[in-house]
Amino acid sequence: MRVFLLGNFLRLASPVQWQNFSGISIRVRVESSFEGLKVSVGDYIRNSQIWKSVFRHPAPTDRRNRVVVMLTNFFLHLHPVSIKQQGIALSYTWCMGGITFFLFLVETITGVLLMFYYRPTLEWAFYDIQALRDVQTLGIMREIHRWAAHAMVITVWLHMYRVFLTGSYKPPREFNWVIGVLLLVLTLLLSFTGYLLPWDQLAIWAITVGSNMAKATPGLGTEGPGFQLFNTSGYELITNASDAKFLLLGGRFVGEATLNRFYILHCVAIPLVVSGLIAIHFWRVRKDGGISQPL
Amino acid sequence: MLNPHPDLTASVLIGLGWYYLILFAMNMWWTVRSFKHDGEFRNGVPKAAFWSVVTSLLLMTSAYHFTYPPDGFLIQMPLWFKDFFNAYFSNPVLYFLLTIVGLVFMIAAREWWIKPTVAWTLLNVSLLFMGLSLTDYDFRQIVGKPDNVPIVAMLFIVAFFTWLYFTRAVDNDRRIAEGRPLFEQEDNEKVLVWPDLVYTELICMVVLTAVLIFWGIALQAPLEEPASSMKTPNPSKAPWYFLGLQEMLVYFDPWLAGVVLPSIILGGLIAVPYIDFNKRGNGYYSFRERSFAVTTYLFGFLPLWVALIVLGTFLRGPNWNFFGIYEYWDVHKVEAATNKNLSQFFWENLGGIPKGSGPSDILLRESPGIILVIGYFAALPPLLGLTVLRTYFARMGVIRFLVFSNLILWMAILPIKMLLRWSFSLKYIVGIPEYFFNI
Repeated sequence: MRVFLLGNFLRLASPVQWQNFSGISIRVRVESSFEGLKVSVGDYIRNSQIWKSVFRHPAPTDRRNRVVVMLTNFFLHLHPVSIKQQGIALSYTWCMGGITFFLFLVETITGVLLMFYYRPTLEWAFYDIQALRDVQTLGIMREIHRWAAHAMVITVWLHMYRVFLTGSYKPPREFNWVIGVLLLVLTLLLSFTGYLLPWDQLAIWAITVGSNMAKATPGLGTEGPGFQLFNTSGYELITNASDAKFLLLGGRFVGEATLNRFYILHCVAIPLVVSGLIAIHFWRVRKDGGISQPL
Repeated sequence: MLNPHPDLTASVLIGLGWYYLILFAMNMWWTVRSFKHDGEFRNGVPKAAFWSVVTSLLLMTSAYHFTYPPDGFLIQMPLWFKDFFNAYFSNPVLYFLLTIVGLVFMIAAREWWIKPTVAWTLLNVSLLFMGLSLTDYDFRQIVGKPDNVPIVAMLFIVAFFTWLYFTRAVDNDRRIAEGRPLFEQEDNEKVLVWPDLVYTELICMVVLTAVLIFWGIALQAPLEEPASSMKTPNPSKAPWYFLGLQEMLVYFDPWLAGVVLPSIILGGLIAVPYIDFNKRGNGYYSFRERSFAVTTYLFGFLPLWVALIVLGTFLRGPNWNFFGIYEYWDVHKVEAATNKNLSQFFWENLGGIPKGSGPSDILLRESPGIILVIGYFAALPPLLGLTVLRTYFARMGVIRFLVFSNLILWMAILPIKMLLRWSFSLKYIVGIPEYFFNI
């Protein structure tokens, strides 16, 4: 019965080729496909209207379709159609840029899953993370998220190391290097803002140490040189409730406002900017001549 | 001071057993490789024979750990070595100088240490050192912290890629000298991205996913006590990738170490493509064609960034005191700090004015330091441009050269301040705490 229904369904999907077959004959086809007949269920699916609406051409098994797949597939079109052999050698690229991007995707996926669970409030933040560790089935998402974050920091450095050592920042790729530096900063900021979210001792004191630096910003921090310039007679512009540290923390100390602020920065604001810059970075790689090679 | 903890529990021994088993597998592969390559040492001993001995020793070591040997029969880092190491290597001065020496050696002897046998031996030695050190309780306490594991991995990864770079750069340098085409230019036909690149990416993603899942299962992410603004941990550390910056706080005030210097680092990185006028070395590995640029980058990345992170993470304990890798993090360790400002040196030691009765005007008091700093950033660049760096000046033009020379001078202030601190106990070159302006 089930086979019969399947047959009807497939007939709907691809009326041209399968008009003459009943559901029973599908079963026959499935079995006979092992005997070397050309038409199998796989072919049937690949010939259906649904499949063809998604993939515009046959499988990339011959030269023509291997070219076409790069041009028609959204995810693959970031790549060129053909590329210099040495340019993609692992000993040349170290694959670090690609790995960084992959880790960014891992962070996005695990991060979104964690957002379903985690509540960024003083009351719940720590205990949600604790529950992820102790009771939640998919609590390992937090481990993967943290380790991938550490790995991403390292792979960004290594990507930069490789790009420098091959002189790939030289013309015409100067501007893409600049975008790369911005992405490096944002990666560190992503990791830094995420560091606070577990709301344990490790988190708040690391952020306290880090954000104490903001207090020393020249001109804008109450413990930095030159802020007195803004505090003229009687009116104080830069105080500990208005300086750079206050801006960063949303308060004089690391507190609930900070948690909220870092949560938004970590989950929304910085990822948005990073996504945009990654798009430009990739686009420029292509426009500036692809993976660098000897001129 | 050594921690008297009895430290080799069964689980540590089993862990070490696995560690040596991995070392064994690595060297097994290496033995097969050297057998195929069929090389000999200078004294005629076949390389494969040597490595097979190493391999079998490692297998025996591994098996020995799995038998859980009793106390007294353990393979441990000898106590005298730990004492020696703690006594003579436990200070930031030697640590930093050694990283500089290491960098110089790495560049000068690059043709030697990139040789596969040498590099493999170095890797084995460092892994054995690590394995032996893991028998020490205090070492394990620091290295085994979940958040520190990536740093240990990073050390080996950075070392590997530095080796890879020098291997390819030395090869290309030779090719250029002999007028042969570059390595990147040989067999450099165009291939289709599907399948050649797409499959590499797919395999990469699968392997990485597996690694992350395994890592996530094997090592739990850290979660300490709930946050409390009452209990300040000692030491309080920033996230590990900022510990190089935190280490700079020893030598500079927060406004420099935490704000100005990081901004200069980023500005300098952004400026790199616009001040590097050297057109050679674009798109391939080379050292000789751009030795200055590469040396500068290696100096900034290896001793000033990676090594300072290691210093801040593994070697700075309570009160940000320096602790050797086998040393117990004693909260009560006291280090004498009798640092003096340059103005004190100038008026009291040099001018003979009794303490406290120097000039009361701040600018006059600090004038020696102010003159030095202005001279360093304003007078030195033109001087350099007219003398040592004349060719750079001619090729770069005024603005480019001023940016370049100032960035180099900014990069140099950390080592300079370190040296002044260590040799003269100098606290501030310019010290105006009234306005938080201390350099």
